Amino acid sequence: MRELLAVVIDGAIYASWLFVVAIGLTLIYGVMKILNMAHGSLYALGAYAAASLGGAWLAGGHSPYASYAILVLAALIVGLIAGPLLERGLLRFMYGKDEIVLLLVTYAVFLILEDVIKLIWGVDPYFIAQPYGMLGNLDFAGLTYPVYSFVLIAVAIFTGIGVAWVLQRTRPGKLLLVVIHDREVSLAMGINVSLFYLATFTAGAMLAAIGGALTAPTVSVVPGMGVEVIVLAFAVVVIGGLGSLPGAALGALIVGLVRSAAVHYLPQVELFSIYLVMALVLVVRPKGLFAGFEARKI
Amino acid sequence: MNARDRTLVTLVAALVALLALGALLPPWQFLATVALAKGCAVLGLMLLLRTGLVSFGQGLYFCLGAYSAGSLGQFFGVTDALVLLTVGSLVAAVVAVVLGFLLANYRSIFFAMLSLALSMILYGLLVKSEALGSTDGFNVTPPTLAGSAISGHDGRFSLYALACVVAFAAALSLDRYFHTPLGRLAAAIRDNELRVEYMGASVRQAIHVKYVIACSLAGLGGALTGLTVGHIDPEMAYWTTSGEFVFVAILAGTGSVAAPFLGSVLFEIVRSVAYQHSPNTWQLALGTAMLLVIMFLPNGLWSMFATRGKAA
Repeated sequence: MRELLAVVIDGAIYASWLFVVAIGLTLIYGVMKILNMAHGSLYALGAYAAASLGGAWLAGGHSPYASYAILVLAALIVGLIAGPLLERGLLRFMYGKDEIVLLLVTYAVFLILEDVIKLIWGVDPYFIAQPYGMLGNLDFAGLTYPVYSFVLIAVAIFTGIGVAWVLQRTRPGKLLLVVIHDREVSLAMGINVSLFYLATFTAGAMLAAIGGALTAPTVSVVPGMGVEVIVLAFAVVVIGGLGSLPGAALGALIVGLVRSAAVHYLPQVELFSIYLVMALVLVVRPKGLFAGFEARKI
Repeated sequence: MNARDRTLVTLVAALVALLALGALLPPWQFLATVALAKGCAVLGLMLLLRTGLVSFGQGLYFCLGAYSAGSLGQFFGVTDALVLLTVGSLVAAVVAVVLGFLLANYRSIFFAMLSLALSMILYGLLVKSEALGSTDGFNVTPPTLAGSAISGHDGRFSLYALACVVAFAAALSLDRYFHTPLGRLAAAIRDNELRVEYMGASVRQAIHVKYVIACSLAGLGGALTGLTVGHIDPEMAYWTTSGEFVFVAILAGTGSVAAPFLGSVLFEIVRSVAYQHSPNTWQLALGTAMLLVIMFLPNGLWSMFATRGKAA
């Protein structure tokens, strides 16, 4: 029983940051029809920015409790710089091309960003462990977890609710849904579509960076850390259904739980269990578990 | 001279040039052998690209080919290079026949995603299988050809020559295939699937066949890489390996069966030079080159050589 609980909690912790990353991926795909392979690099950029900015903050002897805000701030800065730079500088010239061409374009961006990270931060690992341990531990039915892990879960839940609220309750969000539904009609109705594209990509980049910034204290920040995250995030959005918000939540939970179940019960299958689930979902429901009907436009 | 003859002449000339270059410049041999081996995998990918499909999972077959050739040498003492190469591509082909039933239903990013997931499954399996060396992989028994060793200092040219001949044969057969009715369907499927069905051809079946051909070429390339490098590891199935193939295929273009090999050789040269001089910026250069090609040479580098209006 306790082991089962451990599986669920571990899974939820793993799912939390993955969800924040994947929600950005699915948002970008939903609006722009771009499956962003550079998303993992944005995640890594967020982690690096958080590690160096947060490290500088702590080294300066400032309040360690403010370092959480610094982590998020670092991610927002990354998103605000990288998002518009990529969207305005590159992607906007590619709209209208095939989805697969866009995939290749973002693959090229991934290659570029991997080296940009090495150029800026070098190849040595960065650590920023203080925010992780600072909040102490929490005993939970005989299991001990760092409080930070629960903070991660809370952040993920609030992010999900926040994005859903923006999309469904605010005017820009509703307009964005209109753009998703029909780009050309929205243009004709006077919606500034390219502004929405810019905002979406920037928001997606920010979410990826926040995912990276919040995991930075729990891992060592090393070159290539985005390489695995991108396939994990792909697995999440593919399982849930590309472009679906509840799908990303469900996908993240499934990936998290499958992984932690594998780690606890059958460590040999840890790595491929996630991809097995991804492949199975693709086989049974190619458009993902939450994919709605696509209205045919003539 | 028609397109088929022109390709034949080009390929024969390339074969002679490669053999001469290898004989004159021994240090070149290793790099070129690896490049030709990977070129085989890219050649297969090019067939899929012509059909309008991008696979981010050719690493699966590349790795399968290498591991089946490697384990045949390791556990059964088979060292004949021709046998190993044949087995490598056959194993890949058999797996591709099975998975092809599934993948033939998928298009665009879903095809890319599913093939990626499948190759990552193999990666995950290999990383955890200790009999096959886990993440370290294992060393490949030095291959022989007709009883004599073809690795090491003296035999290296033979292996290089074998790679040249294998690449030549693969390129020529694929070119012949492109000129068969089934081969010509590739462009038709890419342009308009529905009309292909109206004509009475089965798109599914055509894609399945092309997928098997592409994957057996990847298996062949993997086996050849294993024999050349002398070591294999699960990285060969990781998605970045598949991404590299996609990169070379896009860069080279699909204009001719020679393009993947040219692209692959260029790629290996750039990689080995860049690795020595600036290990931290070579991906940057690669990514930039890829963006430039996508934007300004959508048909790849090969389109610069192609005769105007008479693309093969």
